[in-house]
Amino acid sequence: MTDLLNVRDLHIEFRVAEGVIRAVRGISFRVKPGGTVALVGESGSGKSVVAQAIMGILPRPAHITRGEILFADPRLPKTIDITKLNPESGKMRAIRGGNISIIFQEPMTSLSPLHTVGDQVGEAVILHRGVSKAEARGLTSEMLRLVGFPEPVRALDTYPFELSGGLRQRAMIAMALICRPSLLIADEPTTALDVTIQAQILKLIRDLQGELGMAVLMITHDLGVVANVAEEVVVMYRGEVMESGEMRDIFADPRHPYLKALLRAVPRFHMEPGERLVPIREIKSAGGKMLEATKEPWPAGADAAGPLLSVTGITKRFDTSGTGWFNRNRSSGGGVLAVDDVSFEIKRGECVGLVGESGCGKTTLSKILMRALRPDTGTVLYNDRGKIVDVLGLENDDLVAFRRKLQFIFQDPFGSLNPRMTVFDIVSEPLVIHGIGDEEHRRQLVKELMSLVGLDVRYLKRYPHSFSGGQRQRIGIARALALRPDLLICDEPVSALDVSIQAQILNLLKDLKEKLGLTYLFISHNLAVVDYIADRIMVMCKGRIVEVAPRAALFRNPVHPYTRALLSAVPDPDPDSRLDLALLGEGRASDPRSWPEPFTIDGDNHPGMIDLGDGHLVRATARPALLEMAS
Amino acid sequence: MLGFLVRRIMVMIPTLLAISAITFVIIQLPPGDYLTTLVTELESRGEAIDQSRLQFLRETYGLDKPMIEQYFVWLGGMLTGDYGYSFEYNRPVADVVGDRMLLTIIVSFATIVFIWVVSFPIGIYSATHQYSLGDYGLTFLGFLGLATPNFLLALVLLYFANVTFGTSIGGLMDSAYIDAPWSMGKFLSVLEHLWIPVIVIGTSGTAGMIRRLRANLLDELHKQYVVTARAKGLSPGKVLWKYPLRMAINPFIADIGNLLPQIVSGAAVVSIVLSLPTTGPMLLDALRSQDMYLAGSFLMFLALLTVVGVFLSDLALAALDPRIRLEGGATR
Repeated sequence: MTDLLNVRDLHIEFRVAEGVIRAVRGISFRVKPGGTVALVGESGSGKSVVAQAIMGILPRPAHITRGEILFADPRLPKTIDITKLNPESGKMRAIRGGNISIIFQEPMTSLSPLHTVGDQVGEAVILHRGVSKAEARGLTSEMLRLVGFPEPVRALDTYPFELSGGLRQRAMIAMALICRPSLLIADEPTTALDVTIQAQILKLIRDLQGELGMAVLMITHDLGVVANVAEEVVVMYRGEVMESGEMRDIFADPRHPYLKALLRAVPRFHMEPGERLVPIREIKSAGGKMLEATKEPWPAGADAAGPLLSVTGITKRFDTSGTGWFNRNRSSGGGVLAVDDVSFEIKRGECVGLVGESGCGKTTLSKILMRALRPDTGTVLYNDRGKIVDVLGLENDDLVAFRRKLQFIFQDPFGSLNPRMTVFDIVSEPLVIHGIGDEEHRRQLVKELMSLVGLDVRYLKRYPHSFSGGQRQRIGIARALALRPDLLICDEPVSALDVSIQAQILNLLKDLKEKLGLTYLFISHNLAVVDYIADRIMVMCKGRIVEVAPRAALFRNPVHPYTRALLSAVPDPDPDSRLDLALLGEGRASDPRSWPEPFTIDGDNHPGMIDLGDGHLVRATARPALLEMAS
Repeated sequence: MLGFLVRRIMVMIPTLLAISAITFVIIQLPPGDYLTTLVTELESRGEAIDQSRLQFLRETYGLDKPMIEQYFVWLGGMLTGDYGYSFEYNRPVADVVGDRMLLTIIVSFATIVFIWVVSFPIGIYSATHQYSLGDYGLTFLGFLGLATPNFLLALVLLYFANVTFGTSIGGLMDSAYIDAPWSMGKFLSVLEHLWIPVIVIGTSGTAGMIRRLRANLLDELHKQYVVTARAKGLSPGKVLWKYPLRMAINPFIADIGNLLPQIVSGAAVVSIVLSLPTTGPMLLDALRSQDMYLAGSFLMFLALLTVVGVFLSDLALAALDPRIRLEGGATR
């Protein structure tokens, strides 16, 4: 059987003003008809450039200097070398979208917001199959049904921004598959999605692959995804293939040090207690004397006053109707209940993980804690060295003083640093605002903070754009530490980073916690990450905390159906424990009304938290009958 | 959508009322009124003033009444189509303005069309051929256009037209048609004269528009959805036309509201240089001599133009961009 796609000794370079960057250096691999090949690597490894070369959509400065991309679709008269075709020629355009299609990572930006889903999906079939508009509409709604749109005909006239992230990615898949291509390139198709949605999308791609008999080239950095879908694996690093072969062989016996390192850098379930992730490039954290010196000690017995942070009955509702002049007649009880009766405690020195899918209210909750939003009801009490402070009642100077106790690390390392400020200005700004120390003291402290997060002090004069995502995130951490806070809220601090960088940051956060005696509220959607760093885990769904348990207990014995669904949806980088994709309900796991008794939450049932002992609480109306070992 | 329309129109009413009040106050702010200006002027010429006539005028136009009363009289008149009386011309404002309003609208409209027609293809070319020779050349021309004061350009054009073609291009029509009733000949004559002021007034606007379209389009061209469209196999022209261009024109439409008053007021100096029979020069005179009803009517006209322009651009935006149409009040 001939290969569908055969990439041989491909070299691609970028000719830019700064010089020539050789992004791809002699890549070779093949894709069999109907097969699944995973192209694995970190960002910057050149894997997406390979995909762009196959599609003929390389950016302008990129040039293919050597090698060939042979594409042998049985529907085409003969084998075509894509590198020989002009990317804008009619022949290449017919292949692009007709025989090879691509799905991108970002379902938010990959679709035009100004055109309806039906228009964008149907466009390709009109172009390549020459059907009429009415026929295209029929084909499109058929395709949307196939990718799991609940109401495909209605979906034709919706705009992408009216859809959820998961549905957008489904629309994207429908767009790629409508011409029934023989090769689908999926460029990080699930990276931007929640785990349960990710599992659904992976299942969808696999089902459709069988149905349409197409090959899939899956580009990803997530080894868990690879283990779950791929037949063959090609590992790329800095534009070269490090290792390739059958997926099982690769996972069973990784030969190349890079792949071994990559596998060690991924947080997994069932890690040994005390086991550390091994980042590919370790960062050295040093210093901390000045921070330790300025630390106010906790008076003995201060902990007796209560936990560090105690949250009771927080509720926040967002109005969804307009608030214009002529829009006063709002229906009562409308709006979205973002946070519903949330209560929890964080003890001093603990790391509490808060897990939930996007839109579950975790970020709203964190904003309430740091007084960026005012809740409708509830109290937040903070134990300031034995003195209990009502956080929501703080005003003016007291509030400013409180800000020093609680700091924030943001998710997006690009958006959270002002591009017009130098690193020194960014890190020292909190000190300036709170009037701490003189110029010289600040300079010393900022230098110490830099070495604490493992950054060179010579970088202080640079601007954020000259740093990588991981380095920026470390700058963000240094800024958060500048005021010597007691409590750090980390809102998805590693979700925008590569696996190897993720390991760096997680280890750094762990070390800093020990060194400076910090307390964390660690928000994430990634259970494996939370498993690695947190002592206690809270699971949140639709604004409610549904289960709270010590880390080990939660993973050993998850009680709530939502927790179980979350756990079962995480792809493990182990080919022997593949996801049971068939078991995943179509988004029903996060619907409180469809949870079984005694977990159901609807108009009639408002369950409270039930204590199962050992700090394990679950939201249910009665003590759950079956408590079998689930792991 | 209907609700949006109604709401939008309702909001325009208080806006215009507020503008009228502010306009009126500002016109009244300088000490004195038209009559005091008249008196000083006559005195400087050594002419005697008939006190009884002065008193008569003051009573007729209610100049002795408190400002707030004058304002409501003026406002009531405006609503019923009586724009007041011009002291300087001794005629009702409506008569004085006459054709000028229409000609102003014609010139402004032609200028906007000119700006769009010229800047669009150039902007698209500049963005799609970024850093090419053509882009640099057009960029240079654009900066020249931006940097040249348009009254200077008007003088230059006047000079060259006179020297090379021996024609006088001042005015908006042949002198034979001035004050003549509208006819086909007059219309054609206006068209014939229109292009010079349109070029002069439109140059800087065109240059600015090219820069903005280029910047907008460059932003959009690198967005992911453009790559998606290319990956579908669409031809480059179709991709450009259907996706990034649609996104890039949003700011233009949003700009109509700003463009209108800018053109009308920016044209005042040019109109004086080219002696165009538009509203600009007359407004200037009216403000100088405190011919309050005339000035007030002009200013209100400008305000109306702005408010209506913004309204139209809002409508066009809502029609073009589903995010505006559908998200209004739907989320958050």
